[in-house]
Amino acid sequence: MQHNNARMVQGPPPATDVHISITSSEYAVRDALSRLLDALRPLMLDVEETGTIELVLAEAMNNIVEHAYPPGDRPGPITLTCTPEAGGLRFLIKDTGRPMPNGVTPIGLPVDLSVDFNELPEGGFGWFLIQDLARDVVYHRVDDANQLTFRLCLAG
Amino acid sequence: MELRSQQDGTVQIVSVHNARIDAAVAIEFKDAMRQATESGSPTVILDLSEVDFIDSSGLGAIVASMKHMGQDRSLVLAGLTPTVDKVFRLTRMDSVFGVFPTLQTALDAHAA
Repeated sequence: MQHNNARMVQGPPPATDVHISITSSEYAVRDALSRLLDALRPLMLDVEETGTIELVLAEAMNNIVEHAYPPGDRPGPITLTCTPEAGGLRFLIKDTGRPMPNGVTPIGLPVDLSVDFNELPEGGFGWFLIQDLARDVVYHRVDDANQLTFRLCLAG
Repeated sequence: MELRSQQDGTVQIVSVHNARIDAAVAIEFKDAMRQATESGSPTVILDLSEVDFIDSSGLGAIVASMKHMGQDRSLVLAGLTPTVDKVFRLTRMDSVFGVFPTLQTALDAHAA
């Protein structure tokens, strides 16, 4: 109840987009996440919503750092645009690194846990989390850039 | 990466004094855990109550720490904050580790 009131006092979500640009690195991803959450503060999101946003954006940008600009390649730009829309947030993430293998995002299946102790997975969770938490995940290679778009639904 | 360790009988408690276990510090965390758990306590409780955020790299580092300890020892997680809990639940990794809401409940369950 108090939560809803707080939302009403704050008014509708900010109509403006949030733009954040970084040069790919794991610490720059941290910085981008912190700036994004600061910019979204007027939305009065709860810890559940904030956690979902931070997690999906962390996985998407860490994938870019790891695979689009892999070690040995020159680090490059990652730009993030967040657009408030009815029922949630729309995201566009661009980079000019290597394309997604086969031109599509991984399906993001859950990891297989019915394996021997020593075979338990230490990775492969990232795309599962993105596909599980985000909606309308679409990847395009446009000219020499990767463009990933998705939506995150917020309870209102 | 700051880990603090204390011994409570046969149980070792390792507390993480960082707000994040993410891609930026996953390797550092893994190395620090390897050192912290060298003493060989059969049960290690990893107190995550100060950790607000973990990503898939951090999750992988915790799994790697458990595998490094070996199948005869157990790594138990305590004090998961909401986003950390969410990552373990969604990936179903909460079924691989013992997960306790607080350090005290984990201690009560593992007291010799």
